[in-house]
Amino acid sequence: MSKILIRGAKVLGGEAQDVLVDGETVAEVGSGLSDEGATVVEADGRILLPGLVDLHTHLREPGREDSETVLTGTRAAASGGFTSVFAMANTFPVADTAGVVEQVWRLGKESGYCDVQPIGAVTVGLEGKKLAELGAMHESAAGVTVFSDDGKCVDDAVIMRRALEYVKAFGGVVAQHAQEPRLTEGAQMNEGVVSAELGLGGWPAVAEESIIARDVLLAEHVGSRVHICHLSTAGSVEIVRWAKSRGIDVTAEVTPHHLLLTDELVRTYNPVYKVNPPLRTERDVMALREALADGTIDIVATDHAPHPHEDKDCEWGAAAMGMVGLETALSVVQHTMVDTGLLTWAGVAERMAHTPARIGGATGHGRPVSAGEPANLTLVDPAYRGPVDPAGFASRSRNTPYEGRELPGRVTHTWLRGRATLVDGKLQ
Amino acid sequence: MDSQDSGVARPVLEGPDIARVLTRIAHEIVERAKGAEDVVLLGIPTRGVFLGQRLAAKLEEITGRKIPVGSLDITMYRDDLRMHPPRALARTDIPGDGIDGRLVVLVDDVLFSGRTIRAALDALNDIGRPRAVQLAVLVDRGHRELPIRADYVGKNLPTSLRETVKVQLAEEDGRDAVLLGAKPTAPAGER
Amino acid sequence: MMRHLISAADLTRDDAVLILDTAEEMARVADRPIKKLPALRGRTVVNLFFEDSTRTRISFEAAEKRLSADVINFAAKGSSVSKGESLKDTAQTLEAMGVDAVVIRHGASGAPYRLATSGWIDASVINAGDGTHQHPTQALLDAFTMRRRLVGRDAGLGQDLAGKNVTIVGDILHSRVARSNVDLLHTLGAEVTLVAPPTLVPVGVEHWPCEVSYDLDRVLPKSDAVMMLRVQRERMNAAFFPTEREYSRRYGLDGDRMAKMPEHAIVMHPGPMVRGMEITAEVADSDRCTVVEQVANGVSIRMAVLYLLLGGNEPAVTHTRTEEK
Repeated sequence: MSKILIRGAKVLGGEAQDVLVDGETVAEVGSGLSDEGATVVEADGRILLPGLVDLHTHLREPGREDSETVLTGTRAAASGGFTSVFAMANTFPVADTAGVVEQVWRLGKESGYCDVQPIGAVTVGLEGKKLAELGAMHESAAGVTVFSDDGKCVDDAVIMRRALEYVKAFGGVVAQHAQEPRLTEGAQMNEGVVSAELGLGGWPAVAEESIIARDVLLAEHVGSRVHICHLSTAGSVEIVRWAKSRGIDVTAEVTPHHLLLTDELVRTYNPVYKVNPPLRTERDVMALREALADGTIDIVATDHAPHPHEDKDCEWGAAAMGMVGLETALSVVQHTMVDTGLLTWAGVAERMAHTPARIGGATGHGRPVSAGEPANLTLVDPAYRGPVDPAGFASRSRNTPYEGRELPGRVTHTWLRGRATLVDGKLQ
Repeated sequence: MDSQDSGVARPVLEGPDIARVLTRIAHEIVERAKGAEDVVLLGIPTRGVFLGQRLAAKLEEITGRKIPVGSLDITMYRDDLRMHPPRALARTDIPGDGIDGRLVVLVDDVLFSGRTIRAALDALNDIGRPRAVQLAVLVDRGHRELPIRADYVGKNLPTSLRETVKVQLAEEDGRDAVLLGAKPTAPAGER
Repeated sequence: MMRHLISAADLTRDDAVLILDTAEEMARVADRPIKKLPALRGRTVVNLFFEDSTRTRISFEAAEKRLSADVINFAAKGSSVSKGESLKDTAQTLEAMGVDAVVIRHGASGAPYRLATSGWIDASVINAGDGTHQHPTQALLDAFTMRRRLVGRDAGLGQDLAGKNVTIVGDILHSRVARSNVDLLHTLGAEVTLVAPPTLVPVGVEHWPCEVSYDLDRVLPKSDAVMMLRVQRERMNAAFFPTEREYSRRYGLDGDRMAKMPEHAIVMHPGPMVRGMEITAEVADSDRCTVVEQVANGVSIRMAVLYLLLGGNEPAVTHTRTEEK
């Protein structure tokens, strides 16, 4: 593999430096570097970050290849600056056996656009009744360490307790989709002023918060770590903050859309805004941003949830929940966190690369940009401004809530172990 | 009916003229309808209704009998209904004994294209079957677009299409007058 | 420029009064030998009902036919819809047949709004009830009934309901009738009080332009109109209230309670009534109960709405919320 010289890149937003990549690793970081045989990329003061890591992606394969495949999903990931994604287990069939997780893992290897780490289901068929073979999935070629029934909550307290305990044997972690099922029967949107007016079934914040409260207490009791998927309310933030102050081993994620969008958008009845957990209020959005800044929330995860056009081109009640996010995540984070002064680019690298890699055990990802490290890199042009155009997405689905919205920043280059997957915004 | 206000409107009938003209029409109705025994007056909103009521009062003076009078809204029967936003409806008020077998005299302020009267005939058709229908107007300004004529005319007023005729009645406008004016802006190439 | 009626909240005070005044003229047609007007001759209206509602459908159909529209009835049950056809495809199929307006009843809140704003079709959309969201013609016919009874048929022309106290009792949470009425009555200047067990009041109600009370007996003496909403027995199974008996004891209207209302006050119900649950037979059959009048008024109101939206080359009713920005 050849050499690449990235000239004048602000590494993690710092001073402009040159970065020389040799083969799969970073060879040298400094100023005034030169190398005759290297392909030169003039960074022109753009930001160089470690390749982003998404702990929460739906690649839909196997089963829903009409909305996304491992190939199209990883192309979308590379397009958005990601070098590693964790694929959620709610496929058809469910990724609850070693066979299915190995299939996804192998498809990831073949795609080549980014590393795919399958997440295993906690319970058989995501039904919340019987533990899946967590150990077998861990020992498989896929080496699963993150387990989640995402899309559904592990609502049975005993099952949740057992899962938290069981994965300790091999250093696994359970990622909980916090949604009390009885409180959210028929729920369509955040319960509050807007739902009352629109006559859409309310999805109370307490349905999320009560599960998080229970699970951090369970984690404390059994001495396990727990990860909370897509935190969406101010109250959830308070609970996680409290848990961390007690020394409970909890980590939490927030999606880009919950950092920006509110339930006011539902007034359009446009199902592109229908998502699980639902869009909340301005107050929640502000609390989530603050929590991401102060470290209460550890990471940003996209919850990239592709759906075919017909599942969104309908009335609200009939529509599927979810939004694509891989290709807009960094722009939304720049807009809500960097441009607002809440986070530095180093802080972004922490929350979108280092920490998610650590939580999920993605070796070789989320490493510092320094000599000897794997060359998983992302180059971002923060000065770019432009409307989001779903027609240009690499994802097979177009269900973005940002169509036409002006967002800052654009990923121009992505390198996976020294191989360019994205050059000047074009997939390779 | 023309409704634009014209800067240079000139009265062609004043209050006393209108009163005199209505008295004459009342007498003509009594004469032609042989005592006006089965007459029902139906005014076309807005000003035709007031004229109808005034005529009814005069007929009562002449005949000593109460003359049934009402109103007939023609809005939904207009042939230009689809050319404008929907208009607010006016009242249709048919006297208690109805119009079947009776002589209906339609009353309007200005007779112009004749389209309003055509609409009124259609509207009557949905209400009953009069013995005969006649038409009384305060002013006939010509320019008919349909084969319609008035039976009783207060004043024949030859006009050009660039002129406006505006009837004012005390009940609606605070005074009685018929005003002849020019349209505020005649298209330049019209001449 | 909008050609739809989606929500009572979209109507201005002047729009609403124009509709009520127009309905008053439409009501007079019912007394004529030929109950027909030519206003919508050549217009095709489809009644697209995804939910069974014979009374609403018949009311719209009567209104459409009295205005000489060509009427197509489309019930989703047993049609291609029950075989999985989407709302979009159904609507586009109808439009291809040259439909000028779609009167839609749908179980999903927002379906009419979606139909009107998604670009699927060009026809006018009239909401005949969507999920637990809105039922604007019901609110209009209720306001019309109140204005006739509390202000007067002719005296009411041009008037709103300023200063009238209206109490709405029952399952507010699941009621599109309540939502539409709160919006419209507020626009018309009435003071609205909602009365229900707290379980049947939505979270977020504190932002509605009305009062909320849990005590029916305290509210009755100052009410000019009391609207009883149907309470479905199934709600009991979802623990919204303990038993039917307890519900009627606390929130039902019987003769004794009705006696606490002022002399002139009326009892309303959008129908169908559950006698013995929210209303006793004694009240339902009394002179003060306007249920039957409401049905007759429904035809007049729907004629007025259809005429004002479809009778000309553009609608006479302006809209705010559904307007594209």
